[in-house]
Amino acid sequence: MTKSGVRKEGIKGTLTGWLYLAPALAFLIFFMVYPLIDVFIYSFEEGYNSASQTYFGIGGYNYSYVLRDPYFLQAVKNTFILVIFTVPISTILALLISLALNSIDKLKKLFQTIYFLPYVTNTLAVGLVFMILFRKTPYTDGLINLLIKAFGMSAVDFIEGPYWAKMLVLCIYVIWIVMPFKILILTSALASVNPVYYKAARIDGASKTRIFFKITLPMISPMIFYLVITGFIGAFKAYSDAVAIFGVDLNAAGMNTMVGYVYDMLYGDGGGYPSYASAAAIILFAIVLTITVINLIVSKKTSQKG
Amino acid sequence: MDVRLEHLTKVFPSRDKKGSEVVAVNDFNFTIPEGKLIGLLGPSGCGKSTMLYMICGLENPTSGKIYFGDEDVTDIPSEKRGVGLVFQNYALYPHLTVRQNITFPLENLKGEEKLTKEQRNQKALEAAKLVQIDGLMDRKPGEMSGGQQQRVAIARALVKMPKVLLMDEPLSNLDARLRLQTREEIRRIQKATGITTIFVTHDQEEAMSISDMIVVMKDGIFQQMDQPQKVYDDPVNLFVAKFLGTPAINVFEADVKDKKLYIGEDMVMDKVNVKDGPVWCGIRPEGFILDGNGALKCSLTGVDVMGRDTSIVSTNPKMTGLSVRSIISAEDLKLTSKDSVRFNIKRSKTLLFDKESEGRIYYD
Amino acid sequence: MAKSQDILKLERNAKTKNAVFKIVMYIFLAFWGLVVLFPFYWMLLSSIKSYASYMSERLPKFYASEPTFENYVNAFTQVPLAKYFLNTIIYTVITTALMMIVIVFSAYAFARLDFKGKSLLFVGFLALMMIPNELVIITNFVTITNMNLRNTFLGLILPSVTSVFYIYLLKENFEQVPDELYYAAKVDGTSDLKYLFKVMIPVCRPTIITVIILKVIECWNSYVWPRLITDDSNYFLVSNGIQEIRENGFGRDNIPAMMAAVVAVSLPLIILFLVFRNKIMEGVSREGIKG
Repeated sequence: MTKSGVRKEGIKGTLTGWLYLAPALAFLIFFMVYPLIDVFIYSFEEGYNSASQTYFGIGGYNYSYVLRDPYFLQAVKNTFILVIFTVPISTILALLISLALNSIDKLKKLFQTIYFLPYVTNTLAVGLVFMILFRKTPYTDGLINLLIKAFGMSAVDFIEGPYWAKMLVLCIYVIWIVMPFKILILTSALASVNPVYYKAARIDGASKTRIFFKITLPMISPMIFYLVITGFIGAFKAYSDAVAIFGVDLNAAGMNTMVGYVYDMLYGDGGGYPSYASAAAIILFAIVLTITVINLIVSKKTSQKG
Repeated sequence: MDVRLEHLTKVFPSRDKKGSEVVAVNDFNFTIPEGKLIGLLGPSGCGKSTMLYMICGLENPTSGKIYFGDEDVTDIPSEKRGVGLVFQNYALYPHLTVRQNITFPLENLKGEEKLTKEQRNQKALEAAKLVQIDGLMDRKPGEMSGGQQQRVAIARALVKMPKVLLMDEPLSNLDARLRLQTREEIRRIQKATGITTIFVTHDQEEAMSISDMIVVMKDGIFQQMDQPQKVYDDPVNLFVAKFLGTPAINVFEADVKDKKLYIGEDMVMDKVNVKDGPVWCGIRPEGFILDGNGALKCSLTGVDVMGRDTSIVSTNPKMTGLSVRSIISAEDLKLTSKDSVRFNIKRSKTLLFDKESEGRIYYD
Repeated sequence: MAKSQDILKLERNAKTKNAVFKIVMYIFLAFWGLVVLFPFYWMLLSSIKSYASYMSERLPKFYASEPTFENYVNAFTQVPLAKYFLNTIIYTVITTALMMIVIVFSAYAFARLDFKGKSLLFVGFLALMMIPNELVIITNFVTITNMNLRNTFLGLILPSVTSVFYIYLLKENFEQVPDELYYAAKVDGTSDLKYLFKVMIPVCRPTIITVIILKVIECWNSYVWPRLITDDSNYFLVSNGIQEIRENGFGRDNIPAMMAAVVAVSLPLIILFLVFRNKIMEGVSREGIKG
């Protein structure tokens, strides 16, 4: 007997199946499939006017406009810096924390619970707290600056001050936000490594570092690659973290991200240009796709070597 | 209610485009008499579960008809056929108590058949009493042993008083001791209710021990149907002969010359009334008589004493299995040599089969 | 004799080393715990300082000398925080409920029903899982605008009532329910619909609860879509509400009142998390395993 189910052959069965799926299908077609096609169309419609829903012509002007727009270039730069710093740092930090978690018994549950908290909190709300901690105002230098001054350095305005300082806060906040997911995944990956391997290695007299590089790391490497890939994708799509710290007008702060640029083009003070937004979104996803493919190739090569 | 199958066939379309169709059940014709316990027997994957699912209406036959009594039920949906089904893994609803599990089928009754809650509980209690689990009505399946779950499954199948009770490998998930106990239980319940019962199994011993009749099938094809002992004594072909009995029948390559049966050089039987040529010769383990001057010479490899009986393990160049197993009563055990053994064979326990078709050749 | 003392020494060394290692680990973990908890502590602390005392602290104090709930009163009276809460609750409840209906039926169809085109359709669904929200949001924004659904709950809710990932998650779980349960129900004359509600959903309750919780978290924290689709503060959800409070809330820089609002917004989810900790963490880690 093969696993077949009760065969409701014929029209009636097919009708039932599609009926059960109808709501999901309707929503998906209307809010995912059609928009996916439409975004490409928008991106090639030149001079689209959202009020009259008319356009002059078809061509690549939207793309060239976006690529020459200094705000977009700033957003690309910001996004890339964000990706380059936050992905490796958060992944390595999460790995260290997970290893430390794995080496203790007492309080483990408590630490895991605490570490997961940022995942369930509202990005906008906690971002406000970060802003206050880092901010320098005429009244007070803010807590972080007091700490810096205690080490004998001078205070910096992290929120409205120099670019590097603003970038630093954003990176710190993004890392703080993405850590829970990474720690969770890596801790469960580490926990799923069969302890027999560790016992065997200890009998063979392998040192802790050797055990880590020769046994643990290869065994959890699929999960690390998964985290790196999703980390890249996530960091490229960063937006609400920046809004949380620098406010809605990210272009003015010089802290916009690529996704932020898309939304600003769509709606807001500089908005009303779905064509530019579409072109920018498609450029963004071309970049994300390329990076993901490179990541996949690298991960495949590495795992083959290993 | 007798169950009659006419030219029943089930063809599964191939899973992928290149593969061929699978004929799970091929042209079945037989009648299951009313009130009997029938064992449907065959090796794994021979189509017996498909057959069971067709009888209960979970699978539609590709062609052929199924009758319950005089009524053609081929196109009647499962729930209107009045069948009860017990699954190999019991298929109890894990989130419901025993009582809720047993009353579940009754809740679907509509119109005139509709029952009040009290009636449903009453019926459930009756069914539970029949299988002796009435003390466990408020447990969940997860809190019960395999044997108890099995009883709940039977109670659930019986509660609607089905015309036909079907069981799919009902004992295979139980341990050896429970299996013996539960098969007696099934026998008892079947006798008490008188419901025509068909159960599927791949375990011939199980089928032989409790069935009124057994049906043997292979690769979707009907082989034989009769009382268990008759099938054992008088199989229609080599497959059926090999499938029934433990230890299995010993099969030799043999030749008939001038009405005499030879295994290798040894003339083991005369007055064999068939034409000359090669045949398969099957000898049941109990068909050997130990005799220092016996006709069949084998090399001795070991003796297993199993209490009342003794099993002699030996080899012969013409055998088809790994060894020749013969069962001798312990008193008769007198071995003359350490490395060889001689037997005479009992005529009634010796079966001949055609070399090509493997069909039975009657030689008297 | 001398040798065995050496061994003892070695063992003692190893033990000390191990103890030191453990202590270093705990310090490291406690440090990260501090990094995670500190913002929460700070928001709570600032929210119970009075405006006057907050502004007078050139060196912020790590305690509140005169704790006050005045800020919470202000948060719910001076700005429409209660309205934002109500909006978010309405949005979360309706979106989650509608989504559960949609995905339960879809998952059931994929897991249990046999129909033409099923496997092809499922592949299509899986492909949709890879489409980033940012690509489709542009057209959706235009669509909702053109349908005049801006600043309505309908406009807020409609695009998020389906989730391919949750359909997938539920379908996997539905498939683990043994076929025999379905056959047994069929023999007893149970309809597909009744089987779904009486057997499938109760048996898969743990996964269904996990999906509900994850969706509630997602709804509660959603910011981008509500921001695009609402500019009337009568329809703001809490995320936009916080942003609105920050930009032009309590007059200039009433940080304690803002923090009170932030605490109020964060608290429901933190409580939800502490109650359903295992379910949430298990559900999120399964999100990781799918990759």
